[in-house]
Amino acid sequence: MVNKQGQTRLAQYYEYLNLEERRALEEQCSFVEHRNYKVVYRRYASLFFLVGVDNEENELAILEFIHLLVETMDRHFGNVCELDIMFHLEKAHFMLEEMVMNGCLVETSKSSILSPIQLMEKAS
Amino acid sequence: GLTPYEKKKYVWKMLYIYMLGYDVDFGHMEAVSLISAPKYPEKQVGYIVTSSLLNENHDFLRLAINTVRNDIIGRNETFQCLALTLVGNIGGREFAESLAPDVQKLLISSSCRPLVRKKAALCLLRLYRKNPDVVNVDGWSDRMAQLLDERDMGVLTSSMSLFVALVSNNHEAYWSCLPKCVKVLERLARNQDVPQEYTYYGIPSPWLQVKTMRALQYFPTVEDPNTRRSLFEVLQRVLMGTDVVKNVNKNNASHAVLFEALALVMHLDAEKEMMSQCVALLGKFIAVREPNIRYLGLENMTRMLMVADVQDIIKRHQAQIITSLKDPDISIRRRALDLLYGMCDVSNAKDIVEELLQYLSTADFAMREELSLKAAILAEKFAPDLSWYVDVILQLIDKAGDFVSDDIWFRVVQFVTNNEDLQPYAAMKAREYLDKPAIHETMVKVSAYILGEYSHLLARRPGCSPKEIFSILHEKLPTVSTSTIPILLSTYAKILMHTQPPDQDLQSQIWTIFSKYESCIDAEIQQRAVEYHALSMKGAALMDILAEMPKFPERQSPLIKKAEDSEADTAEQSAIKLRAQQQSSNALVVTDQRPANGTPPVSQLGLVKVPIMSNEDQSTAEQVVAHTNGALTIVDPQPPITPSPDLLGDLLGPLAIEGHTGIAPQSDPNMGSGFEGGTNPDALAIASVEEQTNTVQPIGNIAERFQALCLKDSGVLYEDPYIQIGIKAEWRVHHGQLVLFLGNKNIAPLNSVQALILPPSHLKMELSLVPETIPPRAQVQCPLEVINLQPSRDVAVLDFSYKFGTHMVNVKLRLPAVLNKFFQPITVTAEEFFPQWRSLSGPPLKLQEVVRGLRPMLLAEMVALFNSLRLMVCPGLDPNANNLVASTTFYSESTRAMLCLIRIETDPADRTQLRMTVASGDPTLTYELKEFIKEQLVYIPVPSRSAAPMPPQVRPTSPPNAVLDPGALLAGLL
Repeated sequence: MVNKQGQTRLAQYYEYLNLEERRALEEQCSFVEHRNYKVVYRRYASLFFLVGVDNEENELAILEFIHLLVETMDRHFGNVCELDIMFHLEKAHFMLEEMVMNGCLVETSKSSILSPIQLMEKAS
Repeated sequence: GLTPYEKKKYVWKMLYIYMLGYDVDFGHMEAVSLISAPKYPEKQVGYIVTSSLLNENHDFLRLAINTVRNDIIGRNETFQCLALTLVGNIGGREFAESLAPDVQKLLISSSCRPLVRKKAALCLLRLYRKNPDVVNVDGWSDRMAQLLDERDMGVLTSSMSLFVALVSNNHEAYWSCLPKCVKVLERLARNQDVPQEYTYYGIPSPWLQVKTMRALQYFPTVEDPNTRRSLFEVLQRVLMGTDVVKNVNKNNASHAVLFEALALVMHLDAEKEMMSQCVALLGKFIAVREPNIRYLGLENMTRMLMVADVQDIIKRHQAQIITSLKDPDISIRRRALDLLYGMCDVSNAKDIVEELLQYLSTADFAMREELSLKAAILAEKFAPDLSWYVDVILQLIDKAGDFVSDDIWFRVVQFVTNNEDLQPYAAMKAREYLDKPAIHETMVKVSAYILGEYSHLLARRPGCSPKEIFSILHEKLPTVSTSTIPILLSTYAKILMHTQPPDQDLQSQIWTIFSKYESCIDAEIQQRAVEYHALSMKGAALMDILAEMPKFPERQSPLIKKAEDSEADTAEQSAIKLRAQQQSSNALVVTDQRPANGTPPVSQLGLVKVPIMSNEDQSTAEQVVAHTNGALTIVDPQPPITPSPDLLGDLLGPLAIEGHTGIAPQSDPNMGSGFEGGTNPDALAIASVEEQTNTVQPIGNIAERFQALCLKDSGVLYEDPYIQIGIKAEWRVHHGQLVLFLGNKNIAPLNSVQALILPPSHLKMELSLVPETIPPRAQVQCPLEVINLQPSRDVAVLDFSYKFGTHMVNVKLRLPAVLNKFFQPITVTAEEFFPQWRSLSGPPLKLQEVVRGLRPMLLAEMVALFNSLRLMVCPGLDPNANNLVASTTFYSESTRAMLCLIRIETDPADRTQLRMTVASGDPTLTYELKEFIKEQLVYIPVPSRSAAPMPPQVRPTSPPNAVLDPGALLAGLL
């Protein structure tokens, strides 16, 4: 996730890329074909969500996955904004981790995604 | 010590810093040690941060392996989830070997909750990718089928991803799962039988639908009529029932499913009616306002071109596609360009190429190179007449000279030289362009060349006297770079020769220019000036020496090769290749393929540098050709600085990467002898690259060392008086682990050591850090990871440089990560071989070619060569003792394990020719493997780099087909 100024707010890779490759990917903020990858992006207010995929991926499905992620965050934070993600980076990570693993979708039900976080919050 | 809270806080901060793009090389240990914490919050942080910061090769990961295993086999579900996720994200081979059985157990356990099982599925997927042996095929197909019956949507989604990976590798083992996939689709798309929270804007999990249809595309066909009927019912429902709605999310999700359904329909080769339904839908999509849909419409139309016979229907949309070429979104423009390129044929070439040319002046810079290359290729392939072709290329140079590579104008020169009818026309056109106030340097080159050769054909036209031609060309001289001056000098000499009767005034002007450049600092220019000056004083003798260029031998277009190599997405790349194979017959054919005057064919353009004074007897003209052309590429004093490694790879293209340009896939009878007449391009090519920059001479022959390393896994790659570069490699399926050993042979350090890998697009390569200094007498080891993405013969290059004292040494070395390294020899029995051989019935999966001009070798030698290439020769399979049959398994990420079968039929009477048939389940692989074997058979080792060109070998001329009647031989085998 990168904001309007191009600052990264959350990064998680499922294929190891070195720093240079990561920078090149993260700093291109348009719907682009980049070498053998594609970057699928979506903008929410000032935040851009970028997902890099290979050619074997269904682009629209990825686009809607981004929206599912945003809706999930919204359900948890309520009116989610950039600051929620910045200051609760760990929670954003927890959610993403429930949704994606090894580059594949694990879970698409919001309540299942959020249940571990809610458990933790209850415990603390 | 720190409190647990502080530990967590600092570790998160580290991750934050790393995320912002800074290299965090500290604190990794802290993150890893949190994994062993007893409490969930710390443990969780440890797992997440570790999997973000480290990669699978990191040493610290080994420290955690025991804790991770204990968490996986332990009873705490939440710990299990964390550990499975870490392994699923970054687990390497070691994890695969030690954890796979535990993970499998969790996945199929009935006592385990879905929450753990869904993670186990994707964890197993990772382990399987690291080591395919962890999933035993026999036992797994049944279990996989059971998993696809799963009711829990999370487990089903994850299992489907695992299934896609398994089935993409080996669909044979999973036929029993096919009906299950159709059931899943029916459950989702027809019955809408899913819990409410798994519907997304009213659509039952679009992601699972997409994944399931993707899985089905890995089966070649659906045979069972009932299953097929159910599947098509669902697909028909999706195709017809998807409407455009206002809600953008719903719209996207339903179209995600729709596009996947389209892909599946195309794959299944549905009835014509359904196919035209698909094209109609796509035609609708490319005209809508929504850019995403338009983009995907164009992309899928391009794919459709490859699979189905729908070209005529697609052509109806040509106008709309041309509109998309001017879309504000660059991604859409690129797709439109690809589609136009793909759909071009003789009937619409004129329209499309003219459209591309028009667009060229306004296109953004990022696209101009691709655009001009594509326009040039289409013009060459589908030209209705040659003068149109010349027009197009000259316009290209005029409008986008910076983006027109030398290959393109060399090609025009070849065509003009070989077609006499074209010569006056080309000369006239070139003359017209010279009247323009500012022209690109490439235009100066091409028009100077053409006018030098053929301007005398224009002599009676106004403005075309030798003097006028000379003065308009000479006006350009002050504006051009040193690489163009030699061409102008040659042109002046030719003009002088053609001026009959001699014009004293012109002669003295040109002689003044020659004597001015006789002291030029550039050796090439100086040499030409001196030689032309001396020659032109000889009067009549000049006529013989500067006679018209002989015709070029026909060769494969370097442009098409270049297009294949150029950076492009993989699907598109293979589309180009396939089309190139199918349509090569449409390429322009040069009228007379035999060189004029019995002059032997000139060897490879640009590689041979022959000093002009060394001509002894016969064909001076030939040497002038070699000289003129050779000079252009070699004596470029300032090689252009290229920012992207791919471009650099292209520059190296004809020199180092593409070792055997002489062998074109087409079966031109002149081709064999043309190649043999030249020297081995490898040895010369590398020598000429080095001559420019290095004063340090390598020890031993670089090309030979490379060849040797292609056959073995350790040895010396390069050596000179200061350094020795050794290489050691281990190959396993589509992975390679190489280590470069950089040894300093001296008692002083080597400084400014730099190693840069220029990988071809099919290899993913990662070189660990190379130290800047190598201490005296020390050896440094640099691991290099290689992943093979898809079959290709392209070769990676190591750009290596160092400084010793004041010597700056730079060498470009090909790396032996070649096609055969990804082979695993396999012996097949007759029962396995023949059904497979028959099922791969013809092109593009099975290709056959008669190869001539081989270096003669005995059958036993050939068997040894094949075995050393990891192509396992299976004796006894072919009843004919002169034939051999070999098999191997090829591994790459796209093909997974793929069985390859090869049959060679030799002719005992003529060892320089044979017929070869190659088959595999992947068209690209088949083609690449065929070309690869051919290269190995034709390769002529050169003892030393000073080797002189060998005379063409005399071969028996009996028609090979009489000996090798294909029908009879095939019948003998089957």
